[in-house]
Amino acid sequence: MKKLSARRRHPLAALVVLLLALAATGGLYAAFAPAGKAQADVAAQSLAIDEGKKLFAVGCSSCHGLNGEGSSDGPSLVGVGSAAVDFQVGTGRMPAQQPGAQVPRKPNIYSQAEIDQLAAFVASLGPGPVTPTEEQYTSTNPDDLSKGGELFRTNCAQCHNFAGQGGALTQGKYAPSLEGVDAKHIYEAMQTGPQNMPSFPDSTMPEEQKKQIVAFVRHTTNDEPNPGGLTLGSLGPVTEGLFGWIFGLGALIAVAIWVAAHTTKAKKS
Amino acid sequence: MSSTSSTTSGAAKPASTRAKPANKWEQAADWTDGRLGIYSLAKTNLRKIFPDHWSFMLGEICLYTFIIIILTGVYLTLFFKPSMGEVVYNGSYIPLKGIPMSEAYASTVDISFEVRGGLLVRQIHHWAALVFVAAMFVHMMRVFFTGAFRKPREINWVFGFLLLVLGMFDGFFGYSLPDDLLSGTGIRFMEGAVLATPLIGTYVQMFLFGGEFPGHDIVPRFFTIHVLLIPGIMLGLLVAHLILVFYHKHTQWAGPGKTEKNVVGMPLMPVYMAKAGGFFFLVFGLIAAISAIASINPIWAYGPYRPDQVSTDAQPDWYMGFSEGLIRIMPGWEVSLWGHTLNLGVAIPLMVLFPMVLVSIAAYPFIEGWITGDKREHHILDRPRNAPVRTALGAAWISLYLVLLAAGGNDLFATHLHLSINSVTYFVRVGMFVVPVIVFIVTKRWCLGLQRRDKEKVLHGRETGVIKRLPHGEFVEVHAQLPQKDLHKLTAHEQIEPFELPAETDENGVASKANVLDRTRAKLSRGFYGEGSQIPKPTSEEHHEITSGHGHH
Repeated sequence: MKKLSARRRHPLAALVVLLLALAATGGLYAAFAPAGKAQADVAAQSLAIDEGKKLFAVGCSSCHGLNGEGSSDGPSLVGVGSAAVDFQVGTGRMPAQQPGAQVPRKPNIYSQAEIDQLAAFVASLGPGPVTPTEEQYTSTNPDDLSKGGELFRTNCAQCHNFAGQGGALTQGKYAPSLEGVDAKHIYEAMQTGPQNMPSFPDSTMPEEQKKQIVAFVRHTTNDEPNPGGLTLGSLGPVTEGLFGWIFGLGALIAVAIWVAAHTTKAKKS
Repeated sequence: MSSTSSTTSGAAKPASTRAKPANKWEQAADWTDGRLGIYSLAKTNLRKIFPDHWSFMLGEICLYTFIIIILTGVYLTLFFKPSMGEVVYNGSYIPLKGIPMSEAYASTVDISFEVRGGLLVRQIHHWAALVFVAAMFVHMMRVFFTGAFRKPREINWVFGFLLLVLGMFDGFFGYSLPDDLLSGTGIRFMEGAVLATPLIGTYVQMFLFGGEFPGHDIVPRFFTIHVLLIPGIMLGLLVAHLILVFYHKHTQWAGPGKTEKNVVGMPLMPVYMAKAGGFFFLVFGLIAAISAIASINPIWAYGPYRPDQVSTDAQPDWYMGFSEGLIRIMPGWEVSLWGHTLNLGVAIPLMVLFPMVLVSIAAYPFIEGWITGDKREHHILDRPRNAPVRTALGAAWISLYLVLLAAGGNDLFATHLHLSINSVTYFVRVGMFVVPVIVFIVTKRWCLGLQRRDKEKVLHGRETGVIKRLPHGEFVEVHAQLPQKDLHKLTAHEQIEPFELPAETDENGVASKANVLDRTRAKLSRGFYGEGSQIPKPTSEEHHEITSGHGHH
C-alpha cells in the first residue's frame, strides 16, 4: 500500500489509471456484449428490413398503415413479432381478402424469402415472438405423442375438436381445422394467438409442451389411418347418426322392400 | 298369388287317439308334444296368416337389430371392466401410452386393439344400436300414420313406446360406459339435468353418483342398468309386444276380400319363417358390413375422461340429440328464491319439454279415441291421406323433433354451411314454434289434395293420354275407368262424422248445458273430421251417374 500511495503523484499515474479503466470497460464489454453474429448479419438484416418494408407498403399498409401503426381496418403490428407474420402470411390469411367474422386460410402468394423479409420488417417495429427454428417444433421423443395428446385435450380440443377438425365459435367465428397445417405454423399459432385464438406464450406453456402438442396434432391429422374404418369426418355422433340413418336404416328399408317384392307365387293365372 | 284366409283353428286331437308314429322324427315330435304340448301351440301359431307389405317388416328390423345388440353385447361384457379404478395405459395404441385412465376406458381400448374381433364387435354393437332406435322410430311412424294404434292395439302402442324410450336411455347408458372424454361429458350433462330438478336435485345427484361428480360409482352402476336392468325389461316388453301382435292378428291394407274380420296373406310356416329368417341374416350382414367400413365412437381418439377436459362436437347419439337441442336453444334463465337457485335454463328443457315431447307419443291413441268416441275394433289400415289431421299432427311432431335435432348440431350447421351459430340458434328458437305449424298446415292440405285426386280418379277414371276429336271439333281426353279392385281401395275407408253436442235445450225446453269436456271434444272433433278436414268420398250414385253418361267428363 505504501508503494502505491508513494507513487500516486507520479506523472504517469493518471495514464496507468486510464489504461486500467479502459481495459476493464473493454473486457466487460467483450464479456457481456451480444454475440458477434448479430454484428456480422447487421448488413443482411437491414437489407431484409428494407425489402420487407417495400413489400409491406404494397401488400399490408392499406390496412395496417405505412409503418405498421394500424388503422380502423387493421390492428397495429408493433410488437407482434416475426412469428405472427410468418403464421399469418405463411398460411395465406394475410393479406386478407375481405373483412368478415374471421379471415380464412387460403393459398399463400408469397415465397418464404419474401415472408422472412416482411417478418424482419415487422419485427423491427418492436420486440415480439420470434419465428421458431426447426428443432423447436420438431419432436424426437416418442413419448411426446401421448403427452401432447393430453395437453391438446386440455387446451385445444374444446374449440378445435378431439381430432383437430375445428369447431364453431360465436357469431360466425370458428376454430379452423388443423388438417394439413405445417408444424411451424401450429407452433406459431400457439405463440402468437392469431385472430380468436388465445396465445400460449412460453411463460404459460413451455416450449417443450408446445412441441408435444405439435407432435400430437401432426400425428392425429396427417399420419394415422383410422383403425375403425371411415372416420366420417371425425366429428362425433352427429355424422354417425346421419350415416346410420342413411346407410344403415335406409339400406335396410331398401332390403325390406326388395324382400317384400319377392314373395312366393303360386302359378300365375 | 296364393292367399289363405285364417279362421278359427280347431284344437289338436289328444295324443292317445293318434295313429302310431311312422318314423323316428314323428316319434321325437310326439315325445316332445307329450311334455310341452307343442302340437296345439304349433297348430294355432305356425299357420298364422300374415299380410304382405314392406312396411310390415320395419318391426322386424327392430327385432333383429335388438338380437344383434344382445349377441354382440354379451361378447363385449367378457372383456369390459366396469370400474373407475385408475390404471396407467401401457397397451399397443401409442398416442395413449403412459396416460392415467379408468379401467373402464382402458378395457374398452383393449377391446378395440387387443381383443380378437373386438373392434368389429364394438362397432357392430354401436351401429346396430343406432339403427335399432332409428328403426323403432320408423316402425312407430308406420303404425301412427296408418292408424294401426286404434282399438284393440292401444296397449301394444304403449308397449312399443316404452321400448322406444327404454332403447333411447339404454343407448345413452351404453354411450356413457367406456368413460372416454365424450361419454364423461354426456354423464356431466345428465348430472346437470338431475341437479336442475327443483327440491330433490342435489339429493338425487349425491345418491346417483355416491358423492361428488364423477366419483367412482357411476360406471359400475350404469353398467348394471345397461346390461341387466333395462335389457331385461325390454326383453319382457318385446315378448309381450309380439304376443299381442299374434293375439290381435296383423293389420292389413284395404283390398278386395279383406275385411275387419279376416287376415289375407300367407302363413308363418313356411313362407314367413323363410322370409323372416332370411331377412335376419340380411340385416345382420348389412350391419356387419357397415361396421367393417365405417368407424363409430372412436374412443381412442377421444381420450380418457377428465372433468377438466372437453372436446367440441360433444353431442349425444342421434336419438338423444333433441335433448341437446333443447338445452342449446334455451336461454340461461335462473331465479333465486329464498336462498335457493332454480336453474330454469336446464330444468325447463330437460325436466319439462323433454318428457313432453316423448309422452305426447304415448298419449295420442287415447286422445284420438276420446275425440272419435270410436269403440269398434280396427284391423284395416288407414291410408295416411284419409286421416288428414292425424297425418298432419304426426308430420308436425316429426318436424319439431327434426328442428330440435338441428339445434343439437347447431355448431356443425354453423361450420359446414358457413353460418353464424347464433343465427342457427335464433332460427331454431323461433322455428321450434313456427315450423310445426307450417308443416301441419301444408301436410293437411296435401292430404286433402290427394283425397280430391282419389275422388277424381274414382269418378272420372284414369287419364289415358288419348286425345279424341269430336265431330263438332271439340277435343277431349279419353278417360279409362279404374279396375274394380282399385275402386275398392280408393273408397274402402270410412269417413268419421264429427261429434255433435246434444241440443242446447231438450224436448221440454229445459236447458241442458254440455260440460267443458264435451264442448272441447266437439270442437276438436270438428277440427279432425269437420268440413275442412276431409273431402266427402264419392258415393256409388255419383259414380253411376257419371259412368252412365255418354262422353261427358
